Amino acid sequence: MISGEQTPTQYIQHHLQNWTVGDGFWAVNVDTIFWSVLLGVLFLWSFRRVAKKSSAGVPGKWQCFVEMIVEFVDNSVKESFHGKDKLIAPLALTIFVWIFLMNLMDLIPVDWLPTAAMYGGYWLGFVDDPHDVYMKVVPTTDLNTTFALSLSVFALIIIYSIKYKGVKGFAKEMTFTPFNHWALIPVNFVLESITLLAKPASLALRLFGNLYAGELIFILIAMIGFWQLPAHFAWAVFHILVITLQAFIFMMLTIVYLSMASSEH
Amino acid sequence: MDINATLIGQTIAFIVFVWFCMKFVWPPIINAIEERQKKIADGLNAGERAQKDLEKAQEEIAEQLKEAKQQAAEIVEQAKKRGAKIVEEETQRGHEEREKIVASGHEEVTAERNRAREELRKQVAVLAVTGAQKIIEREIDKDAHSDIVEKLVAEL
Repeated sequence: MISGEQTPTQYIQHHLQNWTVGDGFWAVNVDTIFWSVLLGVLFLWSFRRVAKKSSAGVPGKWQCFVEMIVEFVDNSVKESFHGKDKLIAPLALTIFVWIFLMNLMDLIPVDWLPTAAMYGGYWLGFVDDPHDVYMKVVPTTDLNTTFALSLSVFALIIIYSIKYKGVKGFAKEMTFTPFNHWALIPVNFVLESITLLAKPASLALRLFGNLYAGELIFILIAMIGFWQLPAHFAWAVFHILVITLQAFIFMMLTIVYLSMASSEH
Repeated sequence: MDINATLIGQTIAFIVFVWFCMKFVWPPIINAIEERQKKIADGLNAGERAQKDLEKAQEEIAEQLKEAKQQAAEIVEQAKKRGAKIVEEETQRGHEEREKIVASGHEEVTAERNRAREELRKQVAVLAVTGAQKIIEREIDKDAHSDIVEKLVAEL
Protein backbone atom coordinates (compact mmCIF):
# COMPACT_ATOMS: atom_id res chain seq x y z
CA MET A 1 0.00 0.00 0.00
CA ILE A 2 1.67 3.14 -1.19
CA SER A 3 0.06 6.41 -0.26
CA GLY A 4 -0.09 9.03 -2.97
CA GLU A 5 2.88 11.21 -2.11
CA GLN A 6 5.30 8.28 -1.52
CA THR A 7 7.70 7.01 -4.16
CA PRO A 8 8.50 3.27 -4.11
CA THR A 9 11.92 4.04 -2.69
CA GLN A 10 10.43 6.06 0.12
CA TYR A 11 7.92 3.31 0.78
CA ILE A 12 10.64 0.69 1.11
CA GLN A 13 12.84 2.91 3.22
CA HIS A 14 9.94 3.75 5.45
CA HIS A 15 9.29 0.07 6.06
CA LEU A 16 12.90 -0.69 6.80
CA GLN A 17 13.34 2.09 9.33
CA ASN A 18 13.24 1.34 13.04
CA TRP A 19 11.38 3.43 15.52
CA THR A 20 14.45 4.84 17.20
CA VAL A 21 14.64 6.91 20.32
CA GLY A 22 17.88 8.70 21.12
CA ASP A 23 21.01 9.45 19.13
CA GLY A 24 24.26 7.73 18.30
CA PHE A 25 25.16 4.50 20.04
CA TRP A 26 22.78 5.09 22.90
CA ALA A 27 19.80 5.14 20.62
CA VAL A 28 17.24 2.42 21.23
CA ASN A 29 15.05 0.72 18.66
CA VAL A 30 11.83 0.75 20.62
CA ASP A 31 9.90 -1.40 18.14
CA THR A 32 12.52 -4.15 18.19
CA ILE A 33 12.63 -4.24 21.98
CA PHE A 34 8.85 -4.02 22.30
CA TRP A 35 7.99 -6.83 19.91
CA SER A 36 10.80 -9.14 20.98
CA VAL A 37 10.04 -8.75 24.67
CA LEU A 38 6.33 -9.16 24.01
CA LEU A 39 6.97 -12.39 22.12
CA GLY A 40 9.46 -13.64 24.68
CA VAL A 41 6.97 -13.03 27.48
CA LEU A 42 4.25 -14.70 25.43
CA PHE A 43 6.50 -17.73 24.99
CA LEU A 44 7.46 -17.96 28.66
CA TRP A 45 3.93 -17.28 29.88
CA SER A 46 2.34 -19.94 27.70
CA PHE A 47 5.02 -22.51 28.51
CA ARG A 48 4.98 -21.63 32.20
CA ARG A 49 1.25 -22.36 32.29
CA VAL A 50 2.02 -25.88 31.18
CA ALA A 51 4.96 -26.20 33.54
CA LYS A 52 2.81 -25.24 36.52
CA LYS A 53 0.17 -27.83 35.77
CA SER A 54 2.43 -30.47 34.32
CA SER A 55 1.99 -33.93 35.73
CA ALA A 56 2.69 -37.42 34.53
CA GLY A 57 -1.03 -37.96 34.00
CA VAL A 58 -2.96 -37.62 30.78
CA PRO A 59 -1.82 -34.34 29.18
CA GLY A 60 -4.12 -31.74 27.65
CA LYS A 61 -3.78 -30.63 24.04
CA TRP A 62 -1.68 -27.54 24.72
CA GLN A 63 0.48 -29.52 27.15
CA CYS A 64 0.98 -32.15 24.44
CA PHE A 65 2.06 -29.47 21.99
CA VAL A 66 4.47 -27.88 24.45
CA GLU A 67 5.86 -31.25 25.45
CA MET A 68 6.34 -32.12 21.80
CA ILE A 69 8.52 -29.03 21.33
CA VAL A 70 10.38 -29.63 24.59
CA GLU A 71 11.05 -33.22 23.67
CA PHE A 72 12.18 -32.24 20.19
CA VAL A 73 14.65 -29.76 21.65
CA ASP A 74 15.72 -32.23 24.31
CA ASN A 75 16.44 -34.88 21.67
CA SER A 76 18.42 -32.41 19.58
CA VAL A 77 20.49 -31.49 22.63
CA LYS A 78 21.04 -35.11 23.63
CA GLU A 79 22.15 -36.06 20.13
CA SER A 80 24.85 -33.40 19.97
CA PHE A 81 25.79 -32.58 23.51
CA HIS A 82 27.15 -35.40 25.61
CA GLY A 83 27.35 -34.96 29.31
CA LYS A 84 25.13 -33.25 31.79
CA ASP A 85 24.39 -29.58 31.63
CA LYS A 86 21.44 -27.72 33.10
CA LEU A 87 21.74 -24.68 30.88
CA ILE A 88 22.01 -25.92 27.32
CA ALA A 89 18.58 -27.51 26.93
CA PRO A 90 16.55 -24.54 28.22
CA LEU A 91 18.87 -22.24 26.30
CA ALA A 92 18.16 -24.17 23.11
CA LEU A 93 14.42 -24.13 23.82
CA THR A 94 14.42 -20.39 24.41
CA ILE A 95 16.44 -19.74 21.27
CA PHE A 96 14.24 -21.98 19.12
CA VAL A 97 10.85 -20.74 20.26
CA TRP A 98 11.78 -17.11 20.66
CA ILE A 99 13.43 -16.84 17.26
CA PHE A 100 10.56 -18.78 15.72
CA LEU A 101 8.00 -16.35 17.18
CA MET A 102 10.03 -13.31 16.14
CA ASN A 103 10.40 -14.70 12.63
CA LEU A 104 6.69 -15.47 12.58
CA MET A 105 5.94 -11.74 12.73
CA ASP A 106 7.12 -11.73 9.13
CA LEU A 107 3.92 -13.48 8.07
CA ILE A 108 1.72 -10.62 9.27
CA PRO A 109 0.98 -8.56 6.15
CA VAL A 110 3.68 -5.89 5.98
CA ASP A 111 1.37 -2.90 6.16
CA TRP A 112 -0.95 -3.84 8.97
CA LEU A 113 1.02 -3.06 12.09
CA PRO A 114 3.06 -0.15 10.65
CA THR A 115 -0.10 1.53 9.35
CA ALA A 116 -1.89 0.96 12.64
CA ALA A 117 1.10 2.43 14.45
CA MET A 118 1.26 5.39 12.06
CA TYR A 119 -2.32 6.46 12.55
CA GLY A 120 -2.32 5.44 16.18
CA GLY A 121 0.70 7.64 16.81
CA TYR A 122 -0.84 10.48 14.79
CA TRP A 123 -4.19 10.36 16.56
CA LEU A 124 -2.62 10.10 19.96
CA GLY A 125 -0.68 13.23 19.10
CA PHE A 126 2.86 11.88 19.30
CA VAL A 127 3.65 13.12 15.79
CA ASP A 128 2.36 15.76 13.42
CA ASP A 129 2.72 13.63 10.31
CA PRO A 130 1.78 9.92 10.31
CA HIS A 131 4.80 9.26 8.08
CA ASP A 132 7.11 10.17 10.91
CA VAL A 133 6.11 6.98 12.74
CA TYR A 134 8.33 4.04 12.01
CA MET A 135 7.44 0.52 13.01
CA LYS A 136 9.45 -2.54 12.12
CA VAL A 137 7.64 -5.53 13.57
CA VAL A 138 10.09 -8.34 12.86
CA PRO A 139 12.78 -8.10 15.56
CA THR A 140 15.05 -10.58 13.77
CA THR A 141 15.39 -8.17 10.84
CA ASP A 142 17.26 -5.93 13.26
CA LEU A 143 20.97 -6.69 13.51
CA ASN A 144 20.84 -5.72 17.18
CA THR A 145 18.61 -8.68 17.98
CA THR A 146 20.57 -11.27 16.02
CA PHE A 147 23.87 -10.01 17.38
CA ALA A 148 22.51 -9.93 20.91
CA LEU A 149 21.69 -13.60 20.55
CA SER A 150 24.88 -14.64 18.82
CA LEU A 151 27.15 -12.63 21.14
CA SER A 152 25.48 -14.23 24.15
CA VAL A 153 26.17 -17.61 22.57
CA PHE A 154 29.73 -16.46 21.86
CA ALA A 155 30.20 -15.56 25.52
CA LEU A 156 28.90 -19.00 26.46
CA ILE A 157 31.33 -20.63 24.02
CA ILE A 158 34.23 -18.96 25.76
CA ILE A 159 32.84 -19.72 29.24
CA TYR A 160 32.33 -23.37 28.35
CA SER A 161 35.77 -23.64 26.76
CA ILE A 162 37.40 -22.36 29.93
CA LYS A 163 35.12 -24.35 32.20
CA TYR A 164 35.78 -27.68 30.50
CA LYS A 165 39.36 -27.23 29.29
CA GLY A 166 40.71 -24.66 31.72
CA VAL A 167 42.39 -21.42 30.75
CA LYS A 168 45.50 -23.37 29.79
CA GLY A 169 43.64 -25.83 27.64
CA PHE A 170 41.76 -23.05 25.90
CA ALA A 171 44.95 -21.09 25.30
CA LYS A 172 46.64 -24.21 24.00
CA GLU A 173 43.79 -24.85 21.63
CA MET A 174 44.05 -21.29 20.35
CA THR A 175 47.77 -21.57 19.70
CA PHE A 176 48.67 -25.18 18.91
CA THR A 177 45.89 -26.13 16.51
CA PRO A 178 45.71 -26.85 13.66
CA PHE A 179 49.57 -26.89 13.39
CA ASN A 180 51.18 -28.44 16.40
CA HIS A 181 54.50 -26.57 16.31
CA TRP A 182 55.75 -23.67 18.43
CA ALA A 183 57.03 -21.76 15.41
CA LEU A 184 53.52 -21.62 13.99
CA ILE A 185 51.86 -20.20 17.10
CA PRO A 186 51.03 -16.83 15.49
CA VAL A 187 49.55 -18.50 12.41
CA ASN A 188 47.53 -20.84 14.60
CA PHE A 189 46.33 -17.97 16.72
CA VAL A 190 45.13 -15.99 13.73
CA LEU A 191 43.40 -19.02 12.24
CA GLU A 192 41.73 -20.03 15.48
CA SER A 193 40.65 -16.50 16.26
CA ILE A 194 39.01 -16.19 12.88
CA THR A 195 37.27 -19.55 13.44
CA LEU A 196 36.08 -18.43 16.83
CA LEU A 197 34.89 -15.00 15.71
CA ALA A 198 33.24 -16.42 12.60
CA LYS A 199 30.85 -18.35 14.81
CA PRO A 200 28.86 -15.42 16.27
CA ALA A 201 29.19 -13.41 13.08
CA SER A 202 27.82 -16.20 10.91
CA LEU A 203 25.05 -16.99 13.40
CA ALA A 204 23.86 -13.41 13.53
CA LEU A 205 24.26 -12.60 9.85
CA ARG A 206 22.62 -15.81 8.63
CA LEU A 207 19.48 -15.18 10.65
CA PHE A 208 19.43 -11.47 9.86
CA GLY A 209 20.10 -12.01 6.15
CA ASN A 210 17.38 -14.58 5.68
CA LEU A 211 14.72 -12.62 7.50
CA TYR A 212 15.72 -9.23 6.10
CA ALA A 213 15.61 -10.60 2.56
CA GLY A 214 12.27 -12.26 3.24
CA GLU A 215 10.85 -9.04 4.66
CA LEU A 216 12.17 -7.06 1.71
CA ILE A 217 10.47 -9.39 -0.74
CA PHE A 218 7.22 -9.05 1.19
CA ILE A 219 7.55 -5.27 0.88
CA LEU A 220 8.28 -5.49 -2.84
CA ILE A 221 5.29 -7.80 -3.33
CA ALA A 222 3.13 -5.33 -1.44
CA MET A 223 3.89 -2.71 -4.11
CA ILE A 224 2.72 -4.59 -7.21
CA GLY A 225 -1.00 -3.93 -6.90
CA PHE A 226 -3.70 -6.56 -7.21
CA TRP A 227 -1.37 -9.47 -8.02
CA GLN A 228 0.23 -9.07 -4.62
CA LEU A 229 -2.46 -11.33 -3.17
CA PRO A 230 -1.45 -14.64 -4.80
CA ALA A 231 2.21 -13.61 -4.79
CA HIS A 232 2.07 -12.78 -1.11
CA PHE A 233 0.39 -16.09 -0.39
CA ALA A 234 3.00 -18.06 -2.35
CA TRP A 235 5.92 -16.28 -0.71
CA ALA A 236 4.35 -16.62 2.75
CA VAL A 237 3.95 -20.37 2.28
CA PHE A 238 7.57 -20.65 1.27
CA HIS A 239 8.59 -18.36 4.10
CA ILE A 240 7.05 -20.65 6.72
CA LEU A 241 9.88 -23.02 5.86
CA VAL A 242 12.51 -20.29 6.18
CA ILE A 243 11.11 -19.13 9.52
CA THR A 244 11.20 -22.58 11.07
CA LEU A 245 14.46 -23.57 9.46
CA GLN A 246 16.32 -20.45 10.61
CA ALA A 247 15.10 -20.91 14.18
CA PHE A 248 16.15 -24.54 14.05
CA ILE A 249 19.56 -23.77 12.52
CA PHE A 250 20.31 -21.15 15.14
CA MET A 251 19.40 -23.58 17.92
CA MET A 252 21.29 -26.49 16.39
CA LEU A 253 24.45 -24.47 15.77
CA THR A 254 24.34 -23.12 19.33
CA ILE A 255 24.22 -26.67 20.65
CA VAL A 256 26.98 -27.81 18.33
CA TYR A 257 29.25 -24.85 19.15
CA LEU A 258 28.76 -25.40 22.88
CA SER A 259 29.37 -29.12 22.63
CA MET A 260 32.52 -28.40 20.62
CA ALA A 261 33.62 -25.92 23.25
CA SER A 262 33.09 -28.42 26.03
CA SER A 263 34.83 -31.41 24.50
CA GLU A 264 38.49 -32.11 23.76
CA HIS A 265 39.62 -32.38 20.19
CA MET B 1 19.95 -0.54 10.90
CA ASP B 2 22.84 0.58 13.01
CA ILE B 3 24.19 -1.29 15.94
CA ASN B 4 23.14 0.66 19.00
CA ALA B 5 22.04 0.29 22.59
CA THR B 6 19.25 -2.02 21.45
CA LEU B 7 21.94 -4.70 21.38
CA ILE B 8 22.40 -4.37 25.13
CA GLY B 9 18.69 -4.34 25.78
CA GLN B 10 18.16 -7.43 23.65
CA THR B 11 21.04 -9.21 25.36
CA ILE B 12 19.57 -8.50 28.78
CA ALA B 13 16.14 -9.64 27.60
CA PHE B 14 17.66 -12.81 26.19
CA ILE B 15 19.57 -13.59 29.39
CA VAL B 16 16.45 -13.02 31.50
CA PHE B 17 14.37 -15.23 29.22
CA VAL B 18 16.92 -18.03 29.28
CA TRP B 19 17.23 -17.76 33.06
CA PHE B 20 13.46 -17.87 33.50
CA CYS B 21 13.16 -20.81 31.14
CA MET B 22 15.93 -22.68 32.93
CA LYS B 23 14.45 -21.99 36.36
CA PHE B 24 10.69 -22.24 35.91
CA VAL B 25 9.80 -23.72 32.55
CA TRP B 26 12.19 -26.45 31.57
CA PRO B 27 12.54 -28.57 34.73
CA PRO B 28 8.83 -29.18 35.49
CA ILE B 29 8.01 -30.01 31.87
CA ILE B 30 10.95 -32.33 31.28
CA ASN B 31 10.34 -34.01 34.65
CA ALA B 32 6.71 -34.62 33.76
CA ILE B 33 7.72 -36.00 30.37
CA GLU B 34 10.30 -38.33 31.84
CA GLU B 35 7.95 -39.47 34.57
CA ARG B 36 5.25 -40.18 32.04
CA GLN B 37 7.71 -42.04 29.83
CA LYS B 38 8.62 -44.19 32.79
CA LYS B 39 4.98 -44.77 33.60
CA ILE B 40 4.22 -45.77 30.05
CA ALA B 41 7.22 -48.08 29.94
CA ASP B 42 6.11 -49.65 33.22
CA GLY B 43 2.59 -50.00 31.90
CA LEU B 44 3.80 -51.67 28.73
CA ASN B 45 5.98 -54.01 30.74
CA ALA B 46 3.08 -54.87 33.03
CA GLY B 47 0.89 -55.49 30.02
CA GLU B 48 3.48 -57.77 28.48
CA ARG B 49 3.88 -59.64 31.75
CA ALA B 50 0.12 -60.02 32.11
CA GLN B 51 -0.04 -61.33 28.55
CA LYS B 52 2.62 -63.90 29.36
CA ASP B 53 0.85 -64.87 32.57
CA LEU B 54 -2.38 -65.26 30.69
CA GLU B 55 -0.72 -67.48 28.11
CA LYS B 56 0.81 -69.58 30.83
CA ALA B 57 -2.50 -69.86 32.65
CA GLN B 58 -4.23 -70.85 29.44
CA GLU B 59 -1.62 -73.52 28.82
CA GLU B 60 -2.08 -74.77 32.34
CA ILE B 61 -5.82 -74.83 31.92
CA ALA B 62 -5.52 -76.80 28.71
CA GLU B 63 -3.22 -79.28 30.37
CA GLN B 64 -5.51 -79.65 33.38
CA LEU B 65 -8.48 -80.07 31.10
CA LYS B 66 -6.67 -82.80 29.20
CA GLU B 67 -5.76 -84.52 32.41
CA ALA B 68 -9.29 -84.26 33.72
CA LYS B 69 -10.65 -85.67 30.50
CA GLN B 70 -8.24 -88.55 30.69
CA GLN B 71 -9.19 -89.20 34.27
CA ALA B 72 -12.86 -89.05 33.44
CA ALA B 73 -12.35 -91.51 30.61
CA GLU B 74 -10.50 -93.81 32.94
CA ILE B 75 -13.24 -93.57 35.54
CA VAL B 76 -15.91 -94.29 32.97
CA GLU B 77 -13.90 -97.24 31.70
CA GLN B 78 -13.52 -98.58 35.23
CA ALA B 79 -17.19 -98.06 35.95
CA LYS B 80 -18.12 -99.92 32.79
CA LYS B 81 -15.83 -102.79 33.72
CA ARG B 82 -17.19 -102.93 37.19
CA GLY B 83 -20.75 -102.77 35.94
CA ALA B 84 -20.11 -105.63 33.58
CA LYS B 85 -18.54 -107.63 36.37
CA ILE B 86 -21.46 -106.95 38.70
CA VAL B 87 -23.94 -107.96 36.02
CA GLU B 88 -21.98 -111.12 35.38
CA GLU B 89 -21.77 -111.93 39.06
CA GLU B 90 -25.45 -111.25 39.58
CA THR B 91 -26.34 -113.41 36.62
CA GLN B 92 -24.19 -116.18 38.01
CA ARG B 93 -25.77 -115.88 41.42
CA GLY B 94 -29.24 -115.80 39.89
CA HIS B 95 -28.45 -118.96 38.01
CA GLU B 96 -27.22 -120.63 41.15
CA GLU B 97 -30.25 -119.50 43.09
CA ARG B 98 -32.55 -120.79 40.43
CA GLU B 99 -30.76 -124.07 40.37
CA LYS B 100 -30.99 -124.28 44.12
CA ILE B 101 -34.66 -123.41 44.16
CA VAL B 102 -35.37 -125.82 41.36
CA ALA B 103 -33.40 -128.55 43.16
CA SER B 104 -35.19 -127.97 46.44
CA GLY B 105 -38.48 -127.96 44.58
CA HIS B 106 -37.59 -131.27 43.00
CA GLU B 107 -36.70 -132.73 46.35
CA GLU B 108 -39.92 -131.52 47.89
CA VAL B 109 -41.93 -132.88 45.01
CA THR B 110 -40.15 -136.21 45.30
CA ALA B 111 -40.74 -136.37 49.05
CA GLU B 112 -44.37 -135.42 48.62
CA ARG B 113 -44.76 -138.05 45.94
CA ASN B 114 -43.18 -140.70 48.12
CA ARG B 115 -45.39 -139.81 50.99
CA ALA B 116 -48.46 -139.85 48.80
CA ARG B 117 -47.42 -143.14 47.39
CA GLU B 118 -46.97 -144.58 50.89
CA GLU B 119 -50.36 -143.26 51.90
CA LEU B 120 -51.91 -144.63 48.75
CA ARG B 121 -50.24 -147.96 49.32
CA LYS B 122 -51.63 -148.12 52.82
CA GLN B 123 -55.07 -147.17 51.68
CA VAL B 124 -54.92 -149.65 48.78
CA ALA B 125 -53.87 -152.35 51.27
CA VAL B 126 -56.75 -151.49 53.51
CA LEU B 127 -59.05 -151.33 50.50
CA ALA B 128 -57.74 -154.65 49.22
CA VAL B 129 -58.13 -156.22 52.58
CA THR B 130 -61.58 -154.78 52.98
CA GLY B 131 -62.52 -155.97 49.50
CA ALA B 132 -61.00 -159.31 50.13
CA GLN B 133 -62.76 -159.48 53.46
CA LYS B 134 -66.04 -158.80 51.73
CA ILE B 135 -65.34 -161.60 49.27
CA ILE B 136 -63.90 -163.94 51.76
CA GLU B 137 -66.55 -163.34 54.38
CA ARG B 138 -68.62 -165.50 52.22
CA GLU B 139 -66.12 -168.25 51.42
CA ILE B 140 -63.11 -168.32 53.56
CA ASP B 141 -62.37 -168.37 57.18
CA LYS B 142 -60.87 -165.26 58.35
CA ASP B 143 -58.37 -166.88 60.57
CA ALA B 144 -57.31 -169.53 58.08
CA HIS B 145 -56.43 -167.08 55.34
CA SER B 146 -54.95 -164.18 57.27
CA ASP B 147 -51.42 -165.23 56.58
CA ILE B 148 -51.98 -165.01 52.84
CA VAL B 149 -53.47 -161.54 53.19
CA GLU B 150 -50.60 -160.38 55.24
CA LYS B 151 -48.10 -161.69 52.68
CA LEU B 152 -50.04 -159.75 50.05
CA VAL B 153 -49.90 -156.54 52.06
CA ALA B 154 -46.16 -156.90 52.56
CA GLU B 155 -45.68 -157.27 48.84
CA LEU B 156 -47.43 -153.97 48.07
